Amino acid sequence: MLRIAKLPIAVFALFIIIFPWIAHQIPTIEHYPDIMVFAGIYCLITIGLSLLMGYAGQISLGQAAFFGIGAYISGILTANYGMNAWACMVIGMAVAAAVAALVGTPSLKLKGHYLAMATLAFGIIIFIIFNEEIEWTGGPDGMSGIPGLSLLGFEFDSVESYYYLVWGFVLVAFIFTVNVIQSGTGRALRAIHASEPAASAMGVDVSKFKIIIFVYSAVLGSLAGSLYAHYLNFINPSTFDLFFSIKLLIMIALGGMHNIWGAIIGACLITFLSYEWLHYFEEFEVIVYGAILLFVTVLLPDGLAGVPGIVKGWFRR
Amino acid sequence: MEKITLASQLLQYLITGLTVGSVYAMVAVGFNIIYNVTEIINFAQGEFVMLGGLTMVSLHVAMGLPIILAFPVTIVLVTVIGILIDRFAICPIRRPSVLTLIIATIAVSIIIKGTASFIWGKNPFDLPAFSGRNPINILGAVVQPQYFWVIGFLVITAIALSIFFDRTIIGKAMRACADNANAASLVGINVKKMILLSFALSAAIGAVAGIAITPISLMEYDRGAMLAVKGFGAVILGGLGSFPGAILGGLIIGSIESFGAGLVHSGYKDAFALIVLLVILFFKPSGLLGNIEISRIKRF
Repeated sequence: MLRIAKLPIAVFALFIIIFPWIAHQIPTIEHYPDIMVFAGIYCLITIGLSLLMGYAGQISLGQAAFFGIGAYISGILTANYGMNAWACMVIGMAVAAAVAALVGTPSLKLKGHYLAMATLAFGIIIFIIFNEEIEWTGGPDGMSGIPGLSLLGFEFDSVESYYYLVWGFVLVAFIFTVNVIQSGTGRALRAIHASEPAASAMGVDVSKFKIIIFVYSAVLGSLAGSLYAHYLNFINPSTFDLFFSIKLLIMIALGGMHNIWGAIIGACLITFLSYEWLHYFEEFEVIVYGAILLFVTVLLPDGLAGVPGIVKGWFRR
Repeated sequence: MEKITLASQLLQYLITGLTVGSVYAMVAVGFNIIYNVTEIINFAQGEFVMLGGLTMVSLHVAMGLPIILAFPVTIVLVTVIGILIDRFAICPIRRPSVLTLIIATIAVSIIIKGTASFIWGKNPFDLPAFSGRNPINILGAVVQPQYFWVIGFLVITAIALSIFFDRTIIGKAMRACADNANAASLVGINVKKMILLSFALSAAIGAVAGIAITPISLMEYDRGAMLAVKGFGAVILGGLGSFPGAILGGLIIGSIESFGAGLVHSGYKDAFALIVLLVILFFKPSGLLGNIEISRIKRF
């Protein structure tokens, strides 16, 4: 799906702009903008991951680690050293990029899905570090006192202002990613996904493109982590565990990994499921997630974003 | 009480490491059986170990079945689950690619984990050791009899598997699928059946490992993922697809972990095996005993 229409993006942007106003009118969904802040943060991660899975055909099971790196770098540097939050955000992204290049380069040069295993191991190691380096991270109890964000004297301290900040980032990341997909890079990525030998025969430097995409997804993950830390003012390691990485995978699979819209749809749906609709299942919600992932993998390989295509197929017959 | 010397302490770490390593080795062998036939890395491999341990606890402790009876019943039950995974999660996938197959096994592993927490709750369970808990003193190292059971099970599994793959028709057919599934189906081997069999076999081996280790380290619902990751570390260390490599890799990973926890930092116990996994991936992805020729024709 190389062409991505501009109209849906405009409609979507408009919806995002008026959503807090709509939610404010209906008492039962008054708190939805708050959930949408988290959905937006997760969207940032899934946009990168969707590019990696759907277009580069690689799977990362350590995306929670990059999310955590961003969150902890922002948290530690602002709360303990009083550094400028925006500078810390950039530092976090730079560190995540460096780490991703370090972890990704060797495994992406190999054929196959070694990245899955390397990122899985990496993610668990980072999780253990968050737990063990108590001096820095506060250990399993987490760290609090992370300041909020402000820009030129304007404090992003209300839910609405943070909502627009986060979704502003999402929109920029989304449009940038769409442009990447529609450029020569995107064509190269599609070619890699279709057939690596064919792509490399046509002169595409397969591993270079994969590494760039992986680094890009890590940078977005780190940005999301920083935004998360400054919104909640508190972080603890359990947010960044293996299950969160799998949850991101579920978001992509549910939304549809071959379509960039899938990342948005999946992230929003799973966020609402876990913050709002699945309380009812309590501890057993993990079974629901597993069932969703299996159902989608077996029956809806293109995810929800593929449903319109299936429906169209019925009518054509 | 005897004085604990450094030598006896090191011996203690080694024996503990080899015991834990035996479990990783069995998980690794299970990975390889499925990988060789299907090219799938089965993320649910660790869940078989967890199910083996907890099912045994239910049958032996809660229902009072004698070990000699509970042991085979547990293996059969877990094997059935392995078969169900293939029938309901792997087989029905319409456009099987390595990516979707891996995702399917991830889905299965969290469903199994969730269901296990539903059935057994979140507390760890103990299982009586097979031949008591009176420690044996070997050169100053204190060893529980169960350690020998665990290592013994690994030896038995290894011997049984090598007989199966070298001497029986079905075993040879599975090896043929591993070499080339298309060619195997041309000579009349039912590849789908072999895939089913590979899931059954590695579920059974996982169950054995779980039963053996539970009296030492207890068992709880969420142990599977970490076992799978470390077992995979053993697979990569030994060389993807190689059975002797899997066993060697498992024993090495177990020992590194045991020495690392004892001598360096116990909080990072779980990290050592993973660091080894990363280092091997980076510097020698074919592993210690891996076959580069084979890894070229596989998709993973």
